[in-house]
Amino acid sequence: MNQPNPEAEFRAFLAENRFMIQRSRSSGRHVFYPRIAEPGTGARDLEWVEASGAGTVHSFTVVTQRGDAPDYNIALVDLAEGPRLMTRLVGPGADTPGIGQAVRAEIETPEGGDPLLVFRLVAEGEAEQ
Amino acid sequence: MTEARFPRGRAAMVGWATHGMGEAPGQSSMDLAAGAGLLALDSAGLTLADVDALYVALPDDMLSGLSLAEYYGIHPKVTGNNRTGGSAFLSHAIEAALALDAGLCDVALITYGSNTRTNTRRYPAPPGESPYETAYRPNLPASYALAARRHMHEFGTTREQLAEVAVAARKWANLNPDAYKRGDLSIDDVISAPMVASPLTVRDCCLVTDGAAAVVMTRADRARDLRDAPAYLLGGAAATTHRYIAAMPDLTVTAAAQSGPRAFAHAGLAPSDVDVLQLYDAFTINVILFLEDLGFCPKGEGGRFVEGGAIAPGGTLPVNTNGGGLSCVHPGMYGLFTMVEACRQIAGEAGDRQVDDVNVALSHGNGGVLSSQATLLLGSAATL
Repeated sequence: MNQPNPEAEFRAFLAENRFMIQRSRSSGRHVFYPRIAEPGTGARDLEWVEASGAGTVHSFTVVTQRGDAPDYNIALVDLAEGPRLMTRLVGPGADTPGIGQAVRAEIETPEGGDPLLVFRLVAEGEAEQ
Repeated sequence: MTEARFPRGRAAMVGWATHGMGEAPGQSSMDLAAGAGLLALDSAGLTLADVDALYVALPDDMLSGLSLAEYYGIHPKVTGNNRTGGSAFLSHAIEAALALDAGLCDVALITYGSNTRTNTRRYPAPPGESPYETAYRPNLPASYALAARRHMHEFGTTREQLAEVAVAARKWANLNPDAYKRGDLSIDDVISAPMVASPLTVRDCCLVTDGAAAVVMTRADRARDLRDAPAYLLGGAAATTHRYIAAMPDLTVTAAAQSGPRAFAHAGLAPSDVDVLQLYDAFTINVILFLEDLGFCPKGEGGRFVEGGAIAPGGTLPVNTNGGGLSCVHPGMYGLFTMVEACRQIAGEAGDRQVDDVNVALSHGNGGVLSSQATLLLGSAATL
């Protein structure tokens, strides 16, 4: 087994400011979240590849908290590579995205906290990198 | 693949009860589940000494099958502790029917209770939180809100249509003296209530109450001697698609699209044969999804289907006649309450909310975040 601890490896990449996902060598399919085998087939040939960071908003919600605690958003993002993940949107329009709107991954490291994968809306007409 | 051989009509619900509905201060979840179980046995004229199969899932005890057997002072031959969330109890019934039919046991008790409203400490989150989602703080309503938003986007489902589900539940609750929330509720009231997770307001979300429910099952040959109108288990099936909401293959299609058709096939019935439905309504979107996935309307039409009071008293299809999780009771795992209400409707004991001429009742459970789905078809003696 060449990936004894997929979660720890994913987090170590994040700490290096890299968003990595897995891909099966045999099927070419991308996998997120990280695991020891490809879901569905059980193929134990997952390798780490750099994610493009490109995605689109699949759905979103804004959660209201009790008292004075601020609202926060939760989004599901479809990665260009295929997998869908849960995340938070940041930046302008983060609480009012359109479904299908383009987003780009960022790694946010709160002071004293662990690095976290977030996504920023890509303004219309903004050149894709 | 081998064709499934479900023991259609060969096991039946012969006893049922609800207990500690709304608020039951001072009672533990175990006290409540034990109490509901004894009431269900009473209603069938059976005692603890008859029970040789025990099925239970409690919120605060991973090994509750063992704990309840000890509490009762019984040594069951079969102990079921399936924990697929709120759908677990419907799977318990399916497994009990198989065990009864195989002669592994003679009397199966399925029970549940929780003091979610009045207990003084919060229950811990279920173990096994996703390390990839927890940082984003997805509470339960948020996961369902993500599905609701997607359904609105794909099919044009409206805020008003979601509210129709809550209004219909309240109208049924107003006919049920056991319901926790009674009184007028309008579509505007639902929409203008405080937001919990957009687009869902607090009135789109189930109650948080205490409560307990239990069902006793035997083989059909014995059922007729125990009760005038048993509820025969005609078919039952379960399916699962994911654990966490990001992994749901399609946010607008639940595993009910698998469990429903299989349960109907076991029973030899179609949606048009169903007289009353009890659907696990943790949130308003659930009812719309399940009506579609179980075949009561085409995919995407659920919102339009529930318009104009169609599932309320006096509507075209009676759904959640006890008032549901939205207005009657929801201690955290609601599935067993759908089974008890289905039995009551078949037995004709539902009082002011009784639907005329019920022969087939559908009971549907949901677990996790739309993750696990289980469907039962229950019938009167006329359906055998």
